[in-house]
Amino acid sequence: MSEPILMKGNEAIAEAAIRAGCKYFFGYPITPQNEIPEYMSRKLPEAGGVFIQAESEVSSINMVYGAAGAGARVMTSSSSPGISLMMEGISYIAGAELPCVIVNISRGGPGLGGIQPSQADYFQATKGGGHGDYKLIVYGPSSVQEACDLMIKAFHVADKYRNPVMILGDGMIGQMMEPVVFRDEPGDAAIPEKPWATTGNEGRQSNLITSIYLDPEVLDAHNWNLYRKYKAIEENEVMYESYHEDDSEWFLVAYGTVARICISVMEKMRKEGFKVGLIRPITLWPFPKVAFDEVAGRAKAFLCVEMSTGQMVEDVRLAVGGKAPVHFYGRTGGAVPLHSNIEKRMRDVIAGRTPVVTDYLDTTTKEVEGDETSVPAS
Amino acid sequence: MKPVYLRPKSLTDTVTHYCPGCTHGIAHRLVAEVIDELDIQGRTIGVASVGCSVFAYNYFDVDFQQAAHGRAPAVATGIKRVHPDKVVFTYQGDGDLASIGAAEIVHAAARRENITVIFLNNAIYGMTGGQMAPTTLPGQITTTSPFGREHKTQGYPLRMSELLSAIEGAYYIARCSLHNASHIARAKRAIKQAFRNQIEGKGFSMVELLSTCPTNWRLTPVKALEWVEKHMIPVYPLGEFRVGEGE
Repeated sequence: MSEPILMKGNEAIAEAAIRAGCKYFFGYPITPQNEIPEYMSRKLPEAGGVFIQAESEVSSINMVYGAAGAGARVMTSSSSPGISLMMEGISYIAGAELPCVIVNISRGGPGLGGIQPSQADYFQATKGGGHGDYKLIVYGPSSVQEACDLMIKAFHVADKYRNPVMILGDGMIGQMMEPVVFRDEPGDAAIPEKPWATTGNEGRQSNLITSIYLDPEVLDAHNWNLYRKYKAIEENEVMYESYHEDDSEWFLVAYGTVARICISVMEKMRKEGFKVGLIRPITLWPFPKVAFDEVAGRAKAFLCVEMSTGQMVEDVRLAVGGKAPVHFYGRTGGAVPLHSNIEKRMRDVIAGRTPVVTDYLDTTTKEVEGDETSVPAS
Repeated sequence: MKPVYLRPKSLTDTVTHYCPGCTHGIAHRLVAEVIDELDIQGRTIGVASVGCSVFAYNYFDVDFQQAAHGRAPAVATGIKRVHPDKVVFTYQGDGDLASIGAAEIVHAAARRENITVIFLNNAIYGMTGGQMAPTTLPGQITTTSPFGREHKTQGYPLRMSELLSAIEGAYYIARCSLHNASHIARAKRAIKQAFRNQIEGKGFSMVELLSTCPTNWRLTPVKALEWVEKHMIPVYPLGEFRVGEGE
């Protein structure tokens, strides 16, 4: 265990990857994740690894494919438009069942969008993004420390399931500085044997890394094998945090940095007597449905808060299954939901007021005034 | 009795899916003979592309990775950087290398990737049914240039060997033809050179092989070979375009 170090999120993520035994990084510059490739270009050669700045994200992800297929622990990082370019390669990596880690320090879209924090890539990350029936394991860290811990976990989980893993952090995770403690890591020693890798066929049958199966019966079987793997991941890898799940009637739902704002809203409202709890998914896929089952009988309503116009809220609705209303509040394009607006929205949910989305777009920080109709019923 | 002609050890005993008269079979055999002669079968890793040679891994008995369309040089880069002591080659057609993969091949050369590229140019998209390629000749009829490739709207053939030979990171760039026995022998020498360069750490090597597509050219195998000599070689002159020196 090391002493806490004050580090920028992107650099901490890169350091965590090296400590996890990652030896190969292929990437292309894009804001707001540039500190990751910059850090790798300095540090990976010292660690006996290789850094390549590719000609595009398209090329980066295919270098990742080649290196992963050759048995290496490998990663890339990018931000939203760059991740879109990687989607073809990610589909091939999932199809060929190659382990790797992809970091998306996401920014506002669509198109070129902006460079400020956003959570608008949730659908792309969790619902496929590329073509075909496949799943990424997706982690949504809410602090720099958690980003580091998940980064190390991501490599192990990728190897365990031979599946690509994505760290979906918003620009705030990448750009802010926080103290980090690096756990001792077994590093290389923890990389499992990869007898399937293309290393030259000396003394064995030839190995093949591919995602093409022209025979419908064979491709069908391949897809159902993937499906079974995804089911096992759903059973084993779900991560989430619940706050005050035992006595709360009203639940905030948020991931990433937005969850931290929601936690402070929850704490303030609880002090005022409102029975507010919070569910924070850590794995965005597999989505922690179980967290909602646990509170389903008691919850009067959920308020999902995101830096998007409403993406994870669809999974929340599926998980809640109509047992309680699910409301939404979001800001986009780099605008961050304010504590005051989230609180105002939550008070309206509790009061049963019909939401008008534009009521909550104030950008000024101000205290929410006391409101008789918002007083808790009990 | 002494056998004079055997299947190379690096080829599997498999009937190929290639059309009668297609020169992929010849190119496969040449690469396999070179792998055998250099005694590198156990440490060679191939990268198959998208096109007719998508199933090349069924015919070569070496480790293989199948790459997305055009991305073989990027995939090969990933493999080679992990295993610099292994021999990595891509096997790509003209749609794959000269069109959708133009960026990947240019930058693999620019980075001085120590890989070997076997580039089959038959001036057409074979697998998808005979569409126009960037390498299609002026006036050539394809399913997407039904009136013949017209330079005012469809431009001119892309000469990849000439283009790549302008890149400093490229060590060896040669264009050969597979239309007759003496040219096939020359092609084999170039392929061997391209593999030897990699073993010696010289950097990026590419051999372009002018090839046939009798099916989509609508020609008999014999006429197709004649078409290479008469129509392709004047547009795609043969020779070594770049032979690097030192490291």
